[in-house]
Amino acid sequence: MTDIIETLPSMAKGSSESAEVISQADNTRQEFDVEISGTVGKPLIKNPKMSSRNCDVFYGEKQAIFNINLDIGENEIIAMIGPSGCGKSTYLRVLNRMNDTIPICRVTGEHTLDGEDIYGKDQDPVLLRARVGMVFQKPNPFPKSIYDNVAYGARLHGLASNRSELDDVVEASLIKAGLFKEVKDDLLKPGTGLSGGQQQRLCIARAIAVDPEVILMDEPTSALDPIATAIIEELMDELKEKYTIAVVTHSMQQAARVSQRTAYFHMGKLVEVNDTDKVFTNPEHQLTENYITGRFG
Amino acid sequence: MKETTQIIKAGLKKRYAREKRFRFFGLMSIIISFIFLIVLLVTIFSKGWPAFQQTYIKLDIELDEATLGINKFSEEDVLFSASYQKVIKNSLKQMFPKAKGRKQKRARNNLVSKSAQYAVRDKVLADPRLLGTKQSFWFLAKDDIDVFMKGNIDRSLPESDRRIKDYQLIWIDKLIAEGRLERRFNTVLFTAGDSREPEQAGVKGAIMGSIFTMLVTLSLSFPIAVAAAAYLEEFAPQNNRWVDFIEININNLAAVPSIVFGLLGLAVYIGFFGIPRSTPLIGGLVLTLMTLPTIIIASRAAIKSVPPSIKQAAVGLGASRMQTLFHHTLPLAMPGILTGTIIGMAQALGETAPLLMIGMVAFVAEVPGGIMDPATVMPVQIYLWSDSPERAFSERTSAAIMILLGFLVMMNIIAIMLRKKFEHRW
Amino acid sequence: MPIQTLLSTLLALLLFSFFIGSKRSLAVSTVRKGRRNLHSRPNYYGFMVAIWAGIPALLILALWSSFNASIITSLTISGLPESVQMQSKDELGLIINEIKNIASSGNIDAETDMIKKEAAFHYHRLEQISLLAKTVIVFVVALLGMLIGRSLIKPEMRARNMVETVMRWTMILCASIAIVSTIGIVFSVLFESVQFFKAVPPTDFLFGTHWSPQTSIRSDQVGSSGSFGAIPLFIGTLLISAIALIISVPLGLMAAIYLSEYASPTLRSIAKPTLEILAGIPTVVYGFFAALTVAPFLRDVGESIGLSVASESALAAGLVMGIMIIPFVSSLSDDVISAVPQSMRDGSYGLGATQSETIRQVVIPAALPGIVGGVLLAASRAIGETMIVVMAAGLSAKLTINPLEAVTTVTVQIVTLLTGDQEFDSPKTLAAFALALGLFTITLLLNFIALHVIRKYREQYD
Repeated sequence: MTDIIETLPSMAKGSSESAEVISQADNTRQEFDVEISGTVGKPLIKNPKMSSRNCDVFYGEKQAIFNINLDIGENEIIAMIGPSGCGKSTYLRVLNRMNDTIPICRVTGEHTLDGEDIYGKDQDPVLLRARVGMVFQKPNPFPKSIYDNVAYGARLHGLASNRSELDDVVEASLIKAGLFKEVKDDLLKPGTGLSGGQQQRLCIARAIAVDPEVILMDEPTSALDPIATAIIEELMDELKEKYTIAVVTHSMQQAARVSQRTAYFHMGKLVEVNDTDKVFTNPEHQLTENYITGRFG
Repeated sequence: MKETTQIIKAGLKKRYAREKRFRFFGLMSIIISFIFLIVLLVTIFSKGWPAFQQTYIKLDIELDEATLGINKFSEEDVLFSASYQKVIKNSLKQMFPKAKGRKQKRARNNLVSKSAQYAVRDKVLADPRLLGTKQSFWFLAKDDIDVFMKGNIDRSLPESDRRIKDYQLIWIDKLIAEGRLERRFNTVLFTAGDSREPEQAGVKGAIMGSIFTMLVTLSLSFPIAVAAAAYLEEFAPQNNRWVDFIEININNLAAVPSIVFGLLGLAVYIGFFGIPRSTPLIGGLVLTLMTLPTIIIASRAAIKSVPPSIKQAAVGLGASRMQTLFHHTLPLAMPGILTGTIIGMAQALGETAPLLMIGMVAFVAEVPGGIMDPATVMPVQIYLWSDSPERAFSERTSAAIMILLGFLVMMNIIAIMLRKKFEHRW
Repeated sequence: MPIQTLLSTLLALLLFSFFIGSKRSLAVSTVRKGRRNLHSRPNYYGFMVAIWAGIPALLILALWSSFNASIITSLTISGLPESVQMQSKDELGLIINEIKNIASSGNIDAETDMIKKEAAFHYHRLEQISLLAKTVIVFVVALLGMLIGRSLIKPEMRARNMVETVMRWTMILCASIAIVSTIGIVFSVLFESVQFFKAVPPTDFLFGTHWSPQTSIRSDQVGSSGSFGAIPLFIGTLLISAIALIISVPLGLMAAIYLSEYASPTLRSIAKPTLEILAGIPTVVYGFFAALTVAPFLRDVGESIGLSVASESALAAGLVMGIMIIPFVSSLSDDVISAVPQSMRDGSYGLGATQSETIRQVVIPAALPGIVGGVLLAASRAIGETMIVVMAAGLSAKLTINPLEAVTTVTVQIVTLLTGDQEFDSPKTLAAFALALGLFTITLLLNFIALHVIRKYREQYD
């Protein structure tokens, strides 16, 4: 904790300096007294699907995330925005323990899924990741056929007891991901042969096939063209009927279009969480305003 | 709890067992490889250690002028060609008069090495006034005696299965009782060339042969490889067919079986150019072709790692590309090039097969004095000794392997230190 | 003048050329406005003169030395009486060798055979003339070159460009040695093989199942022709290589996987160099180990469970060869596995796969082309390995795939046929070259495919 206290003033100073430069450029002579003492807005809700309390993340000696408290509600899409390196992706990886695969990474605080401790002793990361699926920034289909890509998780977890059940799972997942029509005749062709947008939907289908409760999406459209992006955003909207979705995005328009709530991260801290409408029309925090009005980011 | 969660939970135990098994196989593979290495080294070291010691026998020799047919005033070449074997035989006869029959008498004479007479001769030549007196000598023991003294022949075996017979045992026991048998550090191993007699055989000839061969290899392969690497990295036009062809050839040469290089040496160097066989010169020429790819590949990597900014700075100051290469790129890449060179030379030092093809497998007793003398090299010496039936050669083979491994370890340590010392992160 | 003295004198002359070249350039430049007026720095004028003096002289020296022996020999032969010249090629060769020995013994007068004595004198005289002529011509050319180079020096002369062009061509030459040696290998092996196939039909060689190359010296003896069916050799080679691969591929691959995916940094930093030690041990040491320790051990084990294991069994050679190849396979697999992008692994973990599931079902399939390439390279190495099999495998060419029996390999036969003194063009000796041609072709093919596969694999993830 002492680390945080020591680093806090310098960070605040750093951000006010950058704000000063900007304000001079604007020539409006505004002076901010920016301090991130806690999260403003409504980070906590009733009956959350997932929640974090006092979350800190360290990479070796370096602290990447400072004291985050956040709830994610059932069947909502929460968008996480903020400038590069603000810790939003790192936080996302906390939620399904993907950070376990990085040896130097250390996570503290309490994290729950349906009230169960994610980092608890009897919690199994394999089971957790099946329940909290993930879609990555760059489409990463396995070097297998489209069918095998989607069937991968179901096979691992033994979700289908015979071939026809597996066929059903694959078909259902592809339909949900809106890809079935395009690939139904090419199921045995390699997944790497699809276009970027199709690959990303394949990855979504792959995640759905395991029947998760939460889907984490880490900038799912940043490698895609606008048309493919639009398709994926539509898809997210449909998926929220059944799943809880947390999406990290670089694009504020995307956050505004798809999410119900938006969380703004800044230099490892959670600055503001509010209903998406409110964040984009009437932000409470100065930093949030600076970011959404495009003063930096 | 959801149905899927329950299904997954049910399968977890089995999956973790599989995970554990997989990990165990991985660890086992490493352990098995280590065990192989340890068994190999322990076998060779335990076999080779005794060879660094040698049994000596002390005999009192009557340098009788009449028996030798010489006297203090004889010419030097008369002294040189006298038969000193006789006085040694007499001395042994005096000590062990009970030997019966030709077989036992021969065994008695074979207690000491055949080189004993030269030891006597050298002493007489150095000081002819010793003639007529009685002198004590420490002679090399014959290999069988040496092997016995090292505990490698079991006394409890029935006599017919033993290389040392009962009567020989009596002699040996007597010699031990009189303090006439001693084990000392085996200097012969380091100071003598090859010999048919194990107790007289040493690795000096092979070491010198290896050194001369390596000198030829190094002095040819280093400049050629560096020039080739520098050309390919710095001057060669991109997407040029000739350059591509060169690269394919270098990569393929690195994987051609070494024995094929031996045939090339046999057909081209010996058959066509008439370079004398069995010499370090031809050995070095063949090994040069083999080490070139290794050094070229390492040098290219080293040259590539020099940041372009330095080259651009030099060119910007008006240096020609050649000047940039010699003044900046090569000096900066040199640690990497040298490391690659040492590794290539270590490979060449251990290479055997191609040298068998070009006559370096011949028996050479003399220590070579230059690159045109017939010679053998360390690995080939090991091969030759391992083929010899005498028990004593088996331990010498292991000792030679230890010496060779010692050289290789040294070269590799130098390479690692070089890499550590000059490691740059640009 | 012996060659060492000649070379060192020539070197001294080159140093001198360098010196007068740079001096001369300064002298020339002072006539006008000083050394700023020189196109290049004085050193380059020195190098230029040294090049003029050195390169033609060294070229002549190299050519002369290469062809000296054959020209003198043929001159000596033509000086022999016709009755001697009429003899068969082999016998003539023997006589020439004898003459050379007499000439180099330094005591020609001791020879009693008048013809040989005469010839030896002739040979000796020719050698002396050649040596003298070589020395004189080399030095004259060097001195002439030096003078020409010196006379060319003018302030505006572009000495640096000239020197750099020469250096550049030297570098190209050095780079081309790789090609020259490949061509050298192909031709030396091919030429002798063609000779061999004149005596033995290629079909007999390629499809024959009986190998016994012992030809008798006199043609009227039994079994004089020998038989050269190479099938048993290639089967033996494949058998031993297969055993080696069966051992080294799983062990090497699993070791690489464990080290790159599971091991702690400490274990990795110890285990990797230790594995490399296995790769650094000379093959002759493995051969000794196989013949002296492993083969008897396997025989004893076999005996104790009632199996008859040959003392030079294919299993012993293959096992030890397998150990030797482990680090080769593991370092190649390590490269290939670490080239698989992390995103691929993340994708699998994100779906709830365990580490071993990720490795087996995602990483290895993704790395498969690279691993196959590595295995092909390892196979090529096993096929071409010589010392282990020479020391631990047998000589008898038995057609069997039983690993407990003794088999022989291509490389063993090449060594056996070519060590010891034999005349150069008996079918027995030539057979070794035909075998080598087969060996070279197979390994070349394997390497070519392997390198191609690996390159394609790398491009995929770059």
